[in-house]
Parts: sequence; structure tokens; C-alpha cells
Amino acid sequence: MSWIPNIFRRGKLYEDLSEEIRLHMEERAEQLMGEGMSHGEAEQEARRAFGNRTLLEERSREVWQWPTVESIVADVRFALRQLCKSPGFTATAILTLALCIGANAVVFSLLNGLVLRPLDVPDGQNLYQVQVGKGHSPGMSYPDYIDLRDRNRSFDGLIAYEISTAGLDTDGNPSPVWLYTASGNYFDVLGVHPYLGRFFHSTDENGPNSAPYIVLSYAFWQSHFQSDAGVVGRTVRLNKFAYTILGVAPPGFRGTELFYAPALWAPLVNQQQIEGSSNLDKRGSQGRWVIGRLKVGVTQAQATEDLNSIATSLAKAYPKEDEGMSFALARPGLAGDMLGGPVHAFVGGLMLLAGLILLAACANLGSLFSARAADRSREIALRLALGSTRGRILRQLLTEAVLVSLVGGAMGVAGSVVLLRWLSAWQPIPDMPINVTVHPDTRTYLISLLLALASGLLFGMVPVRQVLKADPYQGIKAGTAELAAGRRVTLRDVLLAAQIAVCAVLVTSSLVSVRGMVRSLKSNFGFVPQNVIQVNANLNMAGYSGDQLPVVQMRILDEVKKIPGVTVAAYANRIPLNLGWSQNVVFLDSATNYKMSNAAAKAIEYDVSPGYFQAAATSLLRGRAFTWNDRKDVPRVAVVNQEFARKLFGSEEKAIGNFFKIGGGARVQVVGLVEDGKYGTLSEDQKPAMFLPILQSPSNAMWLLVRSNLSSQEVGPSLERTLHALDPGLPFTINTWEEELGTALFAARAASMALGVLGGLGAMLALTGIFGVAAYSVSNRLRELGIRIALGAPRREVMRAALGRVFRLLAAGSMVGLLLGIAATKLLSFIVYQATPRDPLVLAGVVLAMLLLGLLATWIPAQRALSIDPLILLREE
Amino acid sequence: MPLANKPMTETTSRDLFPGALEMMILESLRRQPAHGYALVQHIQQRSRNLLQVEEGSLYPALQRLLKAKLVKAEWGISSTNRRVRTYQITASGLRHLEQQISSFERMFEGIALVLDASKATTN
Repeated sequence: MSWIPNIFRRGKLYEDLSEEIRLHMEERAEQLMGEGMSHGEAEQEARRAFGNRTLLEERSREVWQWPTVESIVADVRFALRQLCKSPGFTATAILTLALCIGANAVVFSLLNGLVLRPLDVPDGQNLYQVQVGKGHSPGMSYPDYIDLRDRNRSFDGLIAYEISTAGLDTDGNPSPVWLYTASGNYFDVLGVHPYLGRFFHSTDENGPNSAPYIVLSYAFWQSHFQSDAGVVGRTVRLNKFAYTILGVAPPGFRGTELFYAPALWAPLVNQQQIEGSSNLDKRGSQGRWVIGRLKVGVTQAQATEDLNSIATSLAKAYPKEDEGMSFALARPGLAGDMLGGPVHAFVGGLMLLAGLILLAACANLGSLFSARAADRSREIALRLALGSTRGRILRQLLTEAVLVSLVGGAMGVAGSVVLLRWLSAWQPIPDMPINVTVHPDTRTYLISLLLALASGLLFGMVPVRQVLKADPYQGIKAGTAELAAGRRVTLRDVLLAAQIAVCAVLVTSSLVSVRGMVRSLKSNFGFVPQNVIQVNANLNMAGYSGDQLPVVQMRILDEVKKIPGVTVAAYANRIPLNLGWSQNVVFLDSATNYKMSNAAAKAIEYDVSPGYFQAAATSLLRGRAFTWNDRKDVPRVAVVNQEFARKLFGSEEKAIGNFFKIGGGARVQVVGLVEDGKYGTLSEDQKPAMFLPILQSPSNAMWLLVRSNLSSQEVGPSLERTLHALDPGLPFTINTWEEELGTALFAARAASMALGVLGGLGAMLALTGIFGVAAYSVSNRLRELGIRIALGAPRREVMRAALGRVFRLLAAGSMVGLLLGIAATKLLSFIVYQATPRDPLVLAGVVLAMLLLGLLATWIPAQRALSIDPLILLREE
Repeated sequence: MPLANKPMTETTSRDLFPGALEMMILESLRRQPAHGYALVQHIQQRSRNLLQVEEGSLYPALQRLLKAKLVKAEWGISSTNRRVRTYQITASGLRHLEQQISSFERMFEGIALVLDASKATTN
């Protein structure tokens, strides 16, 4: 490494060299003068004979330099100076790139977190989710799981788990927590080791309710136990039952689903205590999710075959439940293919889009850099004339491009880290720890760096042809190199028009979705969420069951009704537009065979107390609502919605007094008709719904709806006090109904947000694209424009000459984009309720937005075109 | 010497072929130490002005030789009483020169044979 000492000696070396060369020329000149030349002639001749001194000195110095690095350092310094000289250009370029690299980093992190990275456990890539049936559903019954676990020859272990809730009481103040109930081998098969204490094992399982142990997640231990190492061995109450804290899971471990952050793990064998009932002995009750660790050397196909041979024998042994059963493997972490399929497709689509955005940004920056190179053609020509090589100049331009891309990339990554932090902490659904951690890792940083560099090289290459073609003689003679103001459509034009179109699509769809959102919040859901507080409690968590349930629920209702300000209160087993819904088949009264294929409809079922329709403000159209007399010992009755009436009885009038049958054949008489509403999602097609009296089908799940004429801040606290006074051991959550609706609006909100962000990015792109092309066209035609001005062209004419083309592109692109956007909102209406582009406000908004964009982007080039001073231009000739 | 035909344009006169200038410098220095200007004069005279070396192109070559420690340089006063930087060939410079010359001769011989052969066939 001889260059290291050279660095220190270099000053002396260079000095010697310069001195030597100076003396050389002096000696030559003296000799020539001795031959009779004049002093001036001799000096000139000496210089001519020597050659390009600057270049030769540089070559000589280069010998001592660490090959290219130092000239790169010099290039970087020069590039920095150049970039600082045009802050507008630099800021535009860097910002564009920062946004695009940032978007790519975010999307890549999503891809990395959700698709590429296996579960965060040792050898996570060997884990597979076992899916059931043709529909690839993740749920399996416990007896089937046990058979698979014990009879397979392909897995080192199979685990089963389920997402569940329970009331956790640590200090006399119980609250609901979300947890996993897991098979005993859960932690051992995953290969996770406890942070504190121990985990539960297969050996702890000895029949139902035999393992009263829990393992805390690290985050829950931190937040609820203040990281107290003394919790191990402590006894807490889970649904009133005593459980021992065995240990704490390690910090990074959140279980086997990527989107779910549990508070704790409890053994699956204790299901009866945790969920209030147990179906572990029922082969027909599916619901356990199963993950296996593949044995070394066994392929996925072999394992599937092995599982299916077990399925065949199970189907023979238990034809009633397991007829036609089959198994398939999937990547774990997203409920198998149930969420995995859509998520993979979605993230893949996003990645593609982000890539395209980056590519478009590169094209824009390319034209921006071309404009710059055109502006600098004189400087470049001068440098060529002074003996600089084309390679050297190209390297200089590339250095600028790479510098911009690196700074932009760094800013983009910094921004994405902030965004990803926020995204990782985001809980879209109240009351449930649904959340996805997508922290960037080294892979993200590496990819971003590569993308930044690649894009820098890509757009840096655009002006190359320009430089290679440059003729120094012409350049100096004619000033800026004039390109013919072509009439033909160039690739750049098409690219720009396409970008503007994409931008218009995004702007259109984000406006449509925002409008849809606003409208859907005001639309008719079939209930009125305003002024209602809802309380969610599971009586099972307080130890109530069976016949106790109606008694306790009625007592709660009675007390709540006494709270000042409460006008009406009622409860139901679930409420519309919340997480999940229960859908049951119904049959015509004439049906005798209750097979699925004979069903008249699938109806959403709500079990509601008297007063429910009043509390929810659902209009009763005909007949009567429920009373406390609709008890278990009287014939079954129902209130149905209009869609139900139309579907089963042909018309709304015929419904009242008519009968239908529910699963199993029980006859139910329709006593009332209520308006249609939204039940599962805002954008769903109208679904039939039936409301059954809660006393005829009791439930331990309780959603209390409390309508009042006071504000929620006034009623909320007294409601909490009342409930607490009734049973301090009853955990509950309390929210306004409008807050609770966040769940239903989540998809639409997320879509609007994503579209908004993409729309912003698209606008940014169109902005730089238009700016780049406009700037290029103005700097290319400076002379022509100057002559026009000198000849007395009015400003309007000058503007038309300079920017007419850009505005034509803008108009064409916006038009296409608007039409495409209107087409795209058909798709959008699946997610966003009432998304319609036939809305003058939306159309006007799009046109206005695009116009503003155009004005903003062409402002600087237009100013430049107008401020051309023909005198200066002519003097430069 | 077919290489040194007279109308040398700028681009072809810079380097005859890579290493040629260095070889000539080393050969000159083997006869006697010299400073840059004297080296140019010497090379031009010895080639009977067939080789019009651009004077300045000597210096990058000299720096390369210095760096490779094939020559060493010292400031001093010349016989004409000028301050000069005199170059001297080193032991490894001598070795390098021997190698270069023999490989160059072989190459030149090869080229000459091919050229003669083609002459023979065309005639």
C-alpha cells in the first residue's frame, strides 16, 4: 500500500514537478532566444513544444494518487459546489428521489416483514401452516389435530393454537386481554426460550383444565408488570380462575401470527375455563390453527402426501365429520392462505407500483439533468476545448447524479424509518391488538442504497448522448447547442403524458374515496351511532354461565337505565359493523330436509334484548319489537329486515305472522319488520338479517348500547361506576359507538390513506416531470425565444412557443387520467362505500388539481422564458 | 522505422506504444544521468528527429518511473550552471530495461517477419 506514505509526501512531489516543468520551459525558451528568437516568440514556442501543461501535470500527479478515488473526491467536491449553485434544481431532484426511495423502502419493508421474512423463531423457514380442505381454511378440530400430531411422519412437531380473549385480574381490577391458547408443545416446537422463568410443555397437559399456567409476552410484562422479575410464580386470576405465571417470552417473540400481538399464552387444554365452553372433544368443531416444523430432508410435497394419507384414514373412521378432508401446506404467519393470499398479492402490487414510480422519477430526473446539461453546454464545450476528455466530463455529470441520488436516498430512508415506526405502532382496530411490525432491517437499507445508486446512474446516463455529441468548436461558436424544436412526439413526451395520466388517476381516485368516506359517515347504516355509548363485556370473564346469564344481564340493564341522561338502553350478543358477524342458514317453513343446499338464505343473526331497536334507532316498519315476555318457554319469534322478508316471503307485507325455520328445524314466527342496514362492511351488498330475542338464545357475550341525551363525557364515567359497582370482577371496554365504527371503516380509511399518499407521490412526480420537460424546452430554445422577443413578440406568444407543448401534454394526460380514474373507481367501490366519480365536486377537484400542478411546475421555466433579455443572448454570440 | 513516419498528428504522437517512452528514457539514463530537458533533447537527437516526442509527455513517464523506483531524482546544478533535477537509473531500473529490450526485440522481430512474409506474397 505504497499510496499511504505517498499521501504525506505528495505536496513535495507536486512542488518538485511544477518547478521542474517551469525550469524545462525556461531552458527551452533560453535556447530558442540563443538561436535568435525574440523573448515573446521563444516563450510561445516553448509552450507549444511542451504541449498541454495543465493536462500533463495532472497526468503526472495522477501517477502518485490512489488510482481513482482521489479524482472522485475532487469530482464530488466540484459537484457539491455546482449543486449548491442551483438550489432549486437540487432541491427538486433530491425531494423527488427522497419520496420515491422512501416509498420503495416502506413498501419493501412491508414485503420483507410480511412476505420474505419467515417467522421470527429459530429455523423459521421450516415452519408450515397446515390448511384444511379445498378452501384452504386454517381451522382444524382438536381431535383431528391430535391424530395428525401423533400419526404423521414428516414433522418434528405440530402445534395448535387459537386467538382468544379472557378477563385478567391481577389486582382486583380485571380487564379483558387478548391471548393465544396453545398446545403444550407450542414453545418447544417453535424453539423459543423464555426470557424469564419457564414455558409450559406437553408434560403439563393432563386433560381439561389441568394446566392453570400462563406465559406473559415481553411487551405485556413491561406495560402491565413494570418489568418486575418477581412475577414468575405469582398467581393471577383469569376469568376468576387462579393461574400461575410461569415465565416471560423473549422480547422479539409475538407468537405465530404476524399481525397479532398477544398479552399472554395459556394452555389450550384449559379452553373451558378461558372461553367458557370447550369443543376440544368435538371432531366437527374447527378453529384450531396448526403449524408444523418439517423434518430435515422431508420436502413439502412428501409432507402433504403424508398428511393426506392420514386424512383418508380419518375420513374412513369419521365419515360424518371428516368426509372428503384434505390438507395443504402454506407459509405461516398470515392465517395461511386466508390472509396470506390477499396480503401477498397486495404487497406485490404495491411493490410493482413503487418500482414504477421510481422508474418514472428516474425518467423525470433524466430530463431535468438533460436540461441542466443543455444549460451547461457552453461550459462543457469549453472544458472539452481545454483538453478535458469526454469520459472525464461524463464522470463529472454522473458524480452529480449519484450525489443527488445518495442524498435523496438517505433522506428517503430516514423518512421511511419514521413512517415505519409509526406504522409498526399503529393499531387500526380499537380493543384488539392487531398490528404489524415492519421495522426496517439491514436488507431494507441495502436495497434502498442499491436502488438509489441504480437510479442515480440511470438518470445520470440520460444526458450522455448529448455530451458525447457535443462539438466544442460549435459549442463555443454558437453558444447553447440548439436542438431542432421537433414537432414529432418523442419518448419523453409519451412518458410525461403517461405520468400525468397516472397522477390524474391517483388524484381522481383519492378524491373519490375521500368523498365516499365523508358521505358514508353520514349515510344510513340502519342504525344511528351518534349519542350512543357501547360497552362490551363477556360475562364468562366474570365467571357467569348458563342460567345466570340472563339474570345478570337484566340486572345490569336495569341499573344502567337509572343513570341520569340515559334515554334508552339495550343489549345484544353482537352489534353491526363490528369485527366479524354470525351468519346462519334459514329454511322455508315447508322445508323438511335441513341440508345446506336446501337453505332459503344465509341470514345475519343478532340476538337482542327488548329495546334494542330503540337504542340503535333502527326503524321498526311493521309489526312489533321484542318484549321481556319473549322468553324460552314461549314459541320462538323473530324480527327480520326488509331483504329477509323479500327473500323468504316475496314481499314485506307477507312477512309478518309468517314462519321460517332455522338450522335444526326450529320454527320461528316473524313478528316485526325493520329497515335494512349495514352489517358486515359498509360496501357489502344488502344482506338479509334476523333479530332473535336474547332470552330465547342467551349468550355470554354482551354488547350494551346506551343512548343518552347527555354527552359521552358526562355519561361515560357514571356508566363505568355503575358497572363496577354491580360486579367489580367484570372486565369490560367502553367506547362511543362512533369510535367503535372505526373497525368497519378501517378498510375504507386505509384505502383512502394509501390512495392519498400515492396521489401525493403521483402529483410530485407529475410536478417534476412537467418541470423537467418545461425547463428543458425553455433552455433549449433560449435563443429562439430571445429573437422572438427582440422582434417584438407579445408575452403570450412567447409563452405559447415555450410551453405550449407542455400544456398540450398536460391536458391530454389529465383527460386520459380522469377517464381511467373514473373507470378505476368501479374497483374502489368494493372498498369505499358510495365511491362514485359522478360527482361535480370530484370532477372539478381533479381538473383544478391538475391545473394547479401544471401552473406550479411551469412557473419557474415560464419566468425564465419571459425574462429573457435578447441583448444578453445576442452579446453572448 | 515505419513507426515514425513524418506527418504525426497530435493523437498519434503522444505515445508510440505503451512503455516505449519509458524504455527510451531508461536507455538514455543508462548511458548517463540527465535532467528532463536534456532527456528530450537526447531522445530527439538520437532518433534523428524521427520521433517528435511532445516534450511535456516525458514528465508523466518520469513520474511513473520514479514511483516504480526504476529511477531516482536529485536536485542539483548542471554544467551550464542551471538548477536542474537530475534522474539516475537504479539497479532495478537496469534489470527492468534489460527485460523490456529483449521482449521488445522479440516482438519487433515477429512483426518484421510477418511484414516481410506479406511482402513476399504480394510480390
